[in-house]
Amino acid sequence: MKKQQYTRRELLKGGGAMAGALAMPSFFVRDAWAAEFRNNPTKSGKVVFGFNVPQTGAYADEGADELRAYKLAIKHINGEGDGGMINTMKPLSLKGNGVNGQKVSFVTGDTQTKADAARASAKRMIEKDGVIMFSGGSSSGVAIAVQSLAQEMGVVFMCGLTHSNDTTGKDKRRYGFRHFFNTHMSGAALGPVLEQMGNDRRAYHLTADYTWGWSQEGSIKDVSEGLGWDTVSAVRTPLGAGDFSQYITPVLDSGADVLILNHYGKDMVNSLTQAVQFGLRDKQVNGRPFEIVVPLYSRLMAQGAGKNIKGIYGTTNWNWSLKDEGSQAFVKSFGQEYGFPPSQAAHTCYVQAVLYANACQEVGTFYPPEVIKQLEGFKFDGMGNGPTEYRADDHQCFKDVLVVRGNENPTSQFDLLEVVEVVPRKQVEYKASIFGGELGPYEV
Amino acid sequence: MLLSSRSELRTLLIFAAVVLMMPIWLLPLGAAYPDLLQKFAIFGIFVIGYNLFFGLTGYLSFGHATFLGVGSYAAVWCFKLLTVNVLPAIVFGILVSGFFAAVIGFICLRRSGIYFSILTLALAQMCYSLAYSVLTPITNGETSLQMEAHDARLLDSWIAPHVGDGLPITHLFGIPMSGYPGFYFCAVILIISFWFSIRIFNSPFGLQLRAIKSNQERMQYSGYNTRIYLFSAFLISGMYAGLAGSLMAAIDPLAGAERMQWTASGEVVLMTILGGVGTLIGPMLGVGVIKYFENIFSSYNHDALLESFSFLPQPLAEALTFVVSPFVGEGWHLTLGILFMLVVIFLPGGIMEGVDRIRARFSRHKQPQQTEQTT
Repeated sequence: MKKQQYTRRELLKGGGAMAGALAMPSFFVRDAWAAEFRNNPTKSGKVVFGFNVPQTGAYADEGADELRAYKLAIKHINGEGDGGMINTMKPLSLKGNGVNGQKVSFVTGDTQTKADAARASAKRMIEKDGVIMFSGGSSSGVAIAVQSLAQEMGVVFMCGLTHSNDTTGKDKRRYGFRHFFNTHMSGAALGPVLEQMGNDRRAYHLTADYTWGWSQEGSIKDVSEGLGWDTVSAVRTPLGAGDFSQYITPVLDSGADVLILNHYGKDMVNSLTQAVQFGLRDKQVNGRPFEIVVPLYSRLMAQGAGKNIKGIYGTTNWNWSLKDEGSQAFVKSFGQEYGFPPSQAAHTCYVQAVLYANACQEVGTFYPPEVIKQLEGFKFDGMGNGPTEYRADDHQCFKDVLVVRGNENPTSQFDLLEVVEVVPRKQVEYKASIFGGELGPYEV
Repeated sequence: MLLSSRSELRTLLIFAAVVLMMPIWLLPLGAAYPDLLQKFAIFGIFVIGYNLFFGLTGYLSFGHATFLGVGSYAAVWCFKLLTVNVLPAIVFGILVSGFFAAVIGFICLRRSGIYFSILTLALAQMCYSLAYSVLTPITNGETSLQMEAHDARLLDSWIAPHVGDGLPITHLFGIPMSGYPGFYFCAVILIISFWFSIRIFNSPFGLQLRAIKSNQERMQYSGYNTRIYLFSAFLISGMYAGLAGSLMAAIDPLAGAERMQWTASGEVVLMTILGGVGTLIGPMLGVGVIKYFENIFSSYNHDALLESFSFLPQPLAEALTFVVSPFVGEGWHLTLGILFMLVVIFLPGGIMEGVDRIRARFSRHKQPQQTEQTT
């Protein structure tokens, strides 16, 4: 093979082009270093929020509802529309003219309920669109993956719907905040309801085989075994199984008299429907009626399961039928905008966006460490959950938890869950140290 | 043979220039930000490796995402246990996925055609399930494997312990692997991988693989043990995937099971077919199109569209937005599907066939040129 010959001139040209290409990063990176912090709105002249929700895949319904809530929140922060919960929030710093005198705009992205896609989408928002805060998510795996990205990039992440203990437990981050409750709180709240069923019940768990499912199963076991219950068996089912009949048949012969369905989304709709069709609800075992418990309920799931949810217990973060001032204001403005009541996912996302904006307004800057310090330990009211506190130790919101039951006589297609009990905050509270994990530094 | 001919070198130089200049010429397309550039480079490597096997031998593997995922897991474990320098992690990632490729290749290559595809799909799905819910102590299941503050990092703590309470960041001898440096690192590796693939395409080994594609029986009758060639090609392409996977972990130290799902394996098949199976450049064009759709098209919402049509009169802009919006944002899959359909119907050879046709039209009056890139 012939050896290459280059003239001196060719080499110089080529070398120059190469050097130029290699020096490229410095042209782009210089601005980033000069900035005091990433995506500083006072420098770029725009305040952008990023809304990263599942628009395709199993949680697309939740994602669509979250996006509606975010759009509403942006409107209210900018002083458009009727103001919603901004009128009822206490203490309030927002003035209805944007944040720190600047109007807020937003960009959206599709997480596909996959950690990789969610991180890619979040990075696009941070690197290209220059967001100062991003929010969203309908799955704990995604929320945890994105939250650690937030810490690396130094951009605050306000979690959307994520229920696993790990989000504010062993995987908590300084730049991540969660308003939603978790499986531990669900378990604690369900305690009294389980106790009413008796002290010598025998429980059978069907658990979605992933982090959230295990987390939920563990929390319920802790509570039920504390009451003196016996756990007959805990069977793991693959995520998205579709047909649960092979898992439900053994329940009938196991001698168990309570079935706990640690399922969410379409899994819960399918497994609950089949459990009811197999006649579990009408059975008498050990001389008592057979009970089914779904620890995490949502209205969107209830709609999917139809009449099968009647009389079945679970917990929820918020429900549109609440009568307090904040909830009413939110349901009203959401209903006017879209023609139906919001889901709990919509509620938590709306609250998160408003809380962040409010914190920035309060400290008068977007500098993340200051905003984070403002949110840590922040106590507020009038956002639909009663008095609420963002605990500084783990960035978890503490508030009352709702125990709900599938409505026996629904008055409308949305009136599916009735609130049985509002479990007070102190009953679901726990020490931040029990899950381990570290928040990490303020400055990154 | 390591020396290249003049035309190979020219191709390589043009390729290198195009890749390294991506931050400039992708700027008008809105794609010049580090994360997407990194993805272009990494999936470029993945698809080059895939094309080496699928493009040359014609064996359709439906399980290549397994090696991508395995490479990522291996790399993250290397970060956790040894050091956050990316070099050992990449080597480790390639070796581990090479091992997986050897085992899976040994089993699957006993069959050909559709049976081979189904076997790879079955094994890949098995690996995915293992990673997702069985081997969770190793893979951390759905939550994804991440670095943690209390990781051992033996080599690092031996040389220079990490100070501060944040997580250490992955680096190449002090150069951080996030942002633009990460892209240039991946780009250089992409160029090396590309050069290696040109060498294979133009080598006797590449010719033997093509001969298997055209008529395997004739190869066997001529005294070749075809399975060894197939196995080597499968191994090489699995290691390419492992390299891509470990690079993904290097720029972003996280490894999730969904990287191994069958949809991810399908995606690399789509990229290859969309760009042009068996061509050198084609599959990378496929990567560009699909990743661009996934990241940019999916981000256009109603308001963004209205803004981009704002130069038009108000009613016209709204009408256009109404027409276009189902195809962007959450509808990006739809557009991609239509595009894929059009390409497969009208350009069965992928985008490269379109490029060749245009080139042929313009050079009709000139001397017929030899094209050596396409098979």
